Amino acid sequence: MNKQLTLDHADAALEFNKNEAKVDWHDETLWFVRTKRDRAVAQIPEWEQLREAASQIKNYGLSNMHDLLIQFEENAIRNGIKIHWAADGDEHNAIILDIIKQAGANRMVKSKSMLTEECHLNQFLTDKRIEVIDSDLGERIVQMRGEPPSHIVLPAIHLTKAEVGETFHEHLGTDKGATDPQYLTEAARQHLRETFLTRKVALTGVNFAIAETGGFVVCTNEGNADMGVHLADVHIAAMGFEKIIPRAEHLSVFLRLLARSATGQPITTFSSHFHRPRPGQEMHIVIVDNGRSRQLGRPDFRNSLKCIRCAACLNTCPVYRRSGGFSYHSAVAGPIGSILAPNLDMKQNADLPFASTLCGSCSNVCPVKIDIHDQLYKWRQVLMKEGYGPGSKTVAMKAMATVLESPRLYRMAGKVGRGVLRFAPITVENGLNPWYTQREMPEPPAESFHDWYVNHKKA
Amino acid sequence: MKVGLFIPCYIDQFYPQVAIATLKLLEKVGCKVSYPLQQTCCGQPMANSGFEHLTGGCNENFVRNFANCDYIVSPSGSCTLHIKHHLHSANEEVATGIRSRIYELTEFLTDIVKVNTLDATFPYKVGLHQSCHGQRGLHISQMSELVAPPFSKPVQLLNLVKDLELIQLDRRDECCGFGGTFCVTEEAVSVKMGKDRVADHLRHGVNFITGVDVSCLMHMEGILKRANSNVKVKHIAEILTATI
Ligand code: SF4
Repeated sequence: MNKQLTLDHADAALEFNKNEAKVDWHDETLWFVRTKRDRAVAQIPEWEQLREAASQIKNYGLSNMHDLLIQFEENAIRNGIKIHWAADGDEHNAIILDIIKQAGANRMVKSKSMLTEECHLNQFLTDKRIEVIDSDLGERIVQMRGEPPSHIVLPAIHLTKAEVGETFHEHLGTDKGATDPQYLTEAARQHLRETFLTRKVALTGVNFAIAETGGFVVCTNEGNADMGVHLADVHIAAMGFEKIIPRAEHLSVFLRLLARSATGQPITTFSSHFHRPRPGQEMHIVIVDNGRSRQLGRPDFRNSLKCIRCAACLNTCPVYRRSGGFSYHSAVAGPIGSILAPNLDMKQNADLPFASTLCGSCSNVCPVKIDIHDQLYKWRQVLMKEGYGPGSKTVAMKAMATVLESPRLYRMAGKVGRGVLRFAPITVENGLNPWYTQREMPEPPAESFHDWYVNHKKA
Repeated sequence: MKVGLFIPCYIDQFYPQVAIATLKLLEKVGCKVSYPLQQTCCGQPMANSGFEHLTGGCNENFVRNFANCDYIVSPSGSCTLHIKHHLHSANEEVATGIRSRIYELTEFLTDIVKVNTLDATFPYKVGLHQSCHGQRGLHISQMSELVAPPFSKPVQLLNLVKDLELIQLDRRDECCGFGGTFCVTEEAVSVKMGKDRVADHLRHGVNFITGVDVSCLMHMEGILKRANSNVKVKHIAEILTATI
């Protein structure tokens, strides 16, 4: 585990900002993706209607979750797929371990799945002496480094080419100092090819599960999910239950939105449809709750389950771009992660809804119209009311409220405050005042507007 | 038109010239303006920090001050948005009325007063910072995330000012990083965002940065001053009332 994972967001962000050149690079790289997204969506005049359609389909899904999941299960079983239900991460991990053991295997190849990150599957299997190789290139890179992904679509976006070259040199024996992407990618592909050919068990995520057909769709840009499962005897698909959509025709809406929002591509390079195991193959789907029903039961936050994990909200988030994925100490980083994580653990993630200026860019870029910034605001209210804030903050806020609700106290405090700034600035202009560390204080006027108004207007 | 002027607390205390310009501007376009003397703060600093449950006193005080105005106008998108979305009261009917009658200054001038000429001159290169709460919250201007026709109420007004040259930014509507208490609790990111925002303006050779929210301007001003820059910030009301 990364040492940064123990810091709260502000402290981790402070660490990240110690290397300003790196922050600039991180910011510009992700802004480039956001710009690509803007160009791609501008080519679709009906973009806003598409978002609305997706949002409505997802709303329908959330309101009919039970029926749709039952329908999905029935159809999938009829197609010869084995369905497993997991209440939480532990059950999810145990079920997968069981399937691997049944297959007589001790190693597995895996394509991208944020759900398995959420459940800490890799660590669990490694502890049980099952070797797991991530086959998504970015995920493989961070896996070799012993880090979690820092972004849900671009897992290694926090690394420069030089850092990747260093990692490959260490783990794959590439030339020292090599940074040529072509050369490095080739090395990774050779290494993964050997993995694909020798694994009996392959795991994928699920992007969309279709109730009507009992099938599911996995989207990747590298084709690594297909490589894994086509060569394996056992295909396990890990699925958060909110991935359900009612009918196959709805895919047309989501597939147009997903890749454009994620990377600015018209469509993901591979959208692989799985409906039944091929002859001789076993296919399993593990349907996971892990707090999702709890979130579904919270009217203010249930919308967060509409997420299709495109990462547009991360790319656009000015805070994410300048604090890095690890600062969110959660499998899903960025604005969406900050509204999902408190559901999993309010105490541990109480800082995340505050890692935002509430600028609202996330909500408006979101292809399924999740009211992300409003939920961030609402989480703040819940967390502070339930006592997850630092005690000093509560005291300060209470004092502030007392002053600001009384016109008399407010005017007195204002006068004193301005006086202090004017006549003894050193008391506030010091290193202990976080405003002043890198910014000048505003220059205090002799007279407030109130006083001016009384003196000039009334006269 | 009986307009109640709502001056956010930190403008009252630190930027009285913005409030004076706002008052002057509203009177110039024909409004009868009153400034309720017992006003304090909209309660946003507490609410954004997760303490909306402590804002009852501020809410009631706000209601006492502004219940009788036809319109309530404020030179701050952020405080206006807070009132519009979060003002509640024991007398909920009055609170609802206030929520529907409060306007940010530029939207009031373009949508209600429908100003189309202004006697103002400002012969400088100006960069407009689109403050997020005004832009995405009140929809004062179109946001770059949406596929929708562009518009901007502040730009519409700035275009009425003689000799003013408005520059285009590389990132049209990126947040400056002020964010209320975010500016101190997340100091590192806040400052970095502010520096980047300022740099975009500086790259385009501005003399002034303007906007509809003094909070963002105060944050950027702090950064400019620390860097010894001679670029200044001015609230849009100051520019719309500027003469030479
Ligand atoms: S919340 Fe919306 S923008 Fe963010 S990852 Fe999910 S679908 Fe994409």
